[in-house]
Formats: sequence, C-alpha cells, structure tokens
Amino acid sequence: MFRLLPQPEPVPVTIDGRSHLAQRGETVASLLLRLDQPSMRRSAVSGALRGPYCMMGVCYECLVEIDGRPAQACMSRVAEGMNIRTGLAP
Amino acid sequence: MRRAYDLAIVGAGPAGMAAAMEARRLGLDVLVVDEQVAPGGQIWRGVEEAVRERRAAGLGSDYLAGAEPVETFRAAGADYWPEAIVWHVEDGFRVTVSRRGAVHTFAAHRLILATGAMERPMPVPGWTLPGVMSVGALQILLKTPGAAPTGPVVLAGTGPLVLALANQLLAAGARPAAILDTRPPGRALRALPLLPAALASAGLVARGLAMIARLRLARIPMLNGVSAVEAVGDTQLEGVAFTHRGQRKTLQAAILALHDGIVPNIHLSAALGCAHDWDEDQACFHPRVDAYGDTSLAGVAIVGDAASIQGVAAARHSGCLAAVQAACALGRISEQERDRHCAGALRALRRARAIRPLLDRIYAPTVRHEAIPDHVILCRCEEVTAGDIRAAVRLGAHGPRQVKSYTRAGMGPCQGRMCGLTVSRLIAAEAGIPPEEVGYPRARFPLKPVTVAELAAAGDTGPA
Repeated sequence: MFRLLPQPEPVPVTIDGRSHLAQRGETVASLLLRLDQPSMRRSAVSGALRGPYCMMGVCYECLVEIDGRPAQACMSRVAEGMNIRTGLAP
Repeated sequence: MRRAYDLAIVGAGPAGMAAAMEARRLGLDVLVVDEQVAPGGQIWRGVEEAVRERRAAGLGSDYLAGAEPVETFRAAGADYWPEAIVWHVEDGFRVTVSRRGAVHTFAAHRLILATGAMERPMPVPGWTLPGVMSVGALQILLKTPGAAPTGPVVLAGTGPLVLALANQLLAAGARPAAILDTRPPGRALRALPLLPAALASAGLVARGLAMIARLRLARIPMLNGVSAVEAVGDTQLEGVAFTHRGQRKTLQAAILALHDGIVPNIHLSAALGCAHDWDEDQACFHPRVDAYGDTSLAGVAIVGDAASIQGVAAARHSGCLAAVQAACALGRISEQERDRHCAGALRALRRARAIRPLLDRIYAPTVRHEAIPDHVILCRCEEVTAGDIRAAVRLGAHGPRQVKSYTRAGMGPCQGRMCGLTVSRLIAAEAGIPPEEVGYPRARFPLKPVTVAELAAAGDTGPA
C-alpha cells in the first residue's frame, strides 16, 4: 500500500510472532501500512476491522500492543527488538 | 521537586516554538512539552530528518521553511521534552505527562497551549473501512518516514490541504487517481467580494493558483460539485462511489483521503474549563482569547491553530505575543515595554490573517449534517450512528452530555475527539438549536487513556 522513498535503514521488529525489517524513524502504523496491512484491530462493538485514520494520535483507531503495553501505533516509533501484537493475531 | 518554571508551553509546532524562543529572549525559564518525537508540529513534521535525507523539496517550500525555526528553537535554551503526553493539569499549575512509559509532574506559573488543529471529521458512509484516512494522514506518511502510497489514491472533500497533498503526491511519483471536490457549485463566485482584502496575503493566493496549475498540467482528474461520497468495500476499502453531474460514478481505490478543513483541537482547553465560542465562519468551537491569546482562565494562553485556524505565519506571531504577555504578567517587563514590543507583531498578525475570510468562504465545510444518512457511524469508537443520535435528540437529548449518556457517543478511547464537533452539529440540525446553544462536549482529565500504574505514579515529581 505504501513504499519507502528514502534509503532503507533497517530495524528488526516482530509483528504477531513474525520478523520484519522496519525503517529507522518510522512509526508502527507506517510499517504496518507498508506491509500491506491497513487493519490492525477489530472494533470492540461489532468486530469490524479497523485501521489508522488520522496518523497523529487523535482517532485511537491504530491501537496495538507494543512490548506488552497498549499503544497507538501511529505514535510509537519502531525500536530494535520491538514486539508488536495487533488485534488480528491468531 | 524542581522549582516551578516561569512558563510551560504545550506543543512544539510553529506557535509553540515561536512562544518559546520569544520567552527565552526575554529571559524566562521555559519548558516545552510535545507529544511528537521532534519539533515542528504537523506542518513541519520531521523536517530535520527530511532535510537530512534530502527529500524535503518535494514536500513544498512551506515545509522546507520549517527547518530554520526548528534549528533556532533547539538553540534557544528552553527545556524541551519530546514524546511527552499531557494528561492532567491542576490549578497553579501542576502538569502531569507520560513520557516513554514513565510519569512526570512539573509546575509552571503560566501555561501557553499550542496544541494545534485536527482535521474536521468527515463522516461519509464506509469511512471506518481500513484504507480510508484523512488527507493529513497521507501528508504525515510522506513527511515521516517518507512513505508514498502505491495503489490508486482518491482525494475527496475540500480545502487548501487537498491541493497541497495532491502536489506532494505528484512530486513523490504517486499521482492521485482523482480529486473529488465536494464544494457546491457557485462557491468561488460567492467568495469574490472577499478577494481584495485577501490580496494583502498575495503570496498565498499566488501559491494556491500555482498548485492548481501544476495539477492541471499533470492532467490529474479534478471533478467539481461532487456529492454523496461513499467508501465502498467489504473488510477494507475497494472503491469510492460519488455523484457528479447527476450521475452516480465509482472509482477503484486503495486509499481514500478525506478532508473537510481543519479545526482547533479543543480537547485540552475544554478539559481546563476555558470558555469557548462558536465560530460561524469556520463552523467550529474555539477558545475565547484576547489579542495576546489570554483565555478566560488566568495564567492560560492559547496560540496558533489551537485558538483559531489562521495559518502558520499568524501562528508564529500569536506565539510571540503570548510570550511577551507572559513576561509582562510575571513582572519581567512593564506594560509599556510590552506594548512597544508587541506593536510590530500585532500588525504582522493582522496582515497574516487578511486572507482568512476568503479561504473560510471558499473552503467552508461541505458535509451537511442534516443530510448525513442515518446508517453512517458518527462516533467511531462506540459505533454510534447518525440515526442513533437523531433518535436521542427526538427523545429530548439536546446537549452533548445528554447524547453521550443516551448513546455512549464520546465514551470511547478517543474521548470524543473525533465525534464531538459532529455530534454538536447534528444535535443543532436535528433540534433546530444554534450550535452555540448546543455547546461542545466537555472533556475530562485524564486526557488520554492511562493505566492504573500511571495514575498511581502521578504526583511523584522529579526530572524527566
């Protein structure tokens, strides 16, 4: 869905148990979008798939679990060894 | 605990940075807290990195212009806490932030809120589908980390940011599939009487025309008078349906970028209890401020887009004015010195604001609340539809608090940031009450969801 414009500067992270290379400085939301994953959780009310809308911390659609804590993916910069769990993990 | 700062500034965008630099010039002890990782706010988001990586030019001259203020701000000598999210403010003032998993409380004699704007939520059918985002979201991705969409992108709505994004996408090699302008026909003509006054900001007018010209030259399809935009798809966005010249049309899309203008983010000012007024021209609530940004609360000033959408030049001047006023209020300079100091900034602020009536009229919001279909979700967090809210209004819920009690609209994690304005406007439309009488939702601390551990840690003081 999205591609990187600058040179790759890889940062290894885990998403739902799988290893991926993030770009240094990007947010978890940006990484998920670049991995063609526009949805990262299910609505608490209907179970409908939801993904980031505002990318700036206002809409709270991008809630994921990072290193065991709930966090907004769009406000969380990737870090080496980060363990990300989306709401879609089996 | 460390002694109180003279001045704490929330937000390191253009207005916040300008306030910090001016306050430092006047010798004040300043702390700037900001939730992003680097200074610049949204308009200059990640500009340092973009310049380092040599990709700032494609984002436009307005963006590149942020590099210098950011550099000067860093050298100004203010304490600066990035990644700090304010979630509690007490009188006096004691401010609690969460930062990188830890909680910190600090004291300041005066506050300047420079928390900026948010996009006006644009509820259309299907807008909760993954792949539907705000125009600002795509700009953010282009700025940090420098990510461009690969599939078809459709832009829908209206506002200068739509043109800006379209140009930025073009420069990044990601041609928009179409721009759907939702302004009703005749809008531009009705705005012509305001053009003479706007020419005081001739540079901005010229840049706007140049952006349109570039898009025409690149043959980007631009449709005017579009209505009934709908995001279509099963579990994620697949296409965009809309009405144009009386016909229903559909375009394939991987991303739908919506925009219906920007509005002050009043969440913090509402939680503090500042008085707010309804702005008819900009169709939003905004805090009541005087020429220096002072609010109805002693010691609290609001500057930049958080006070009123006036553009980046006006934001910087308003930041300066509030800092000078703070110095005067703290007894560091006399009123005469303040007046002398501020005369130039006040004039510059008036000039910077000259274009606003024209822009407000041309780009007035296009969503008509009375026409939002009943099945459209307005409160995304709790999935409360327009129909649910109308039913509550008919049962007698005539204010945001009542509607919240009846329907749960505003009770989700976003705490009403995304639905507040829409709900107030829908109540106004359904009940036939003016928006200023309906009022706005009163946010409450904590300003963001916090864990019990964070609550327990609040009140422990110490350096960040």
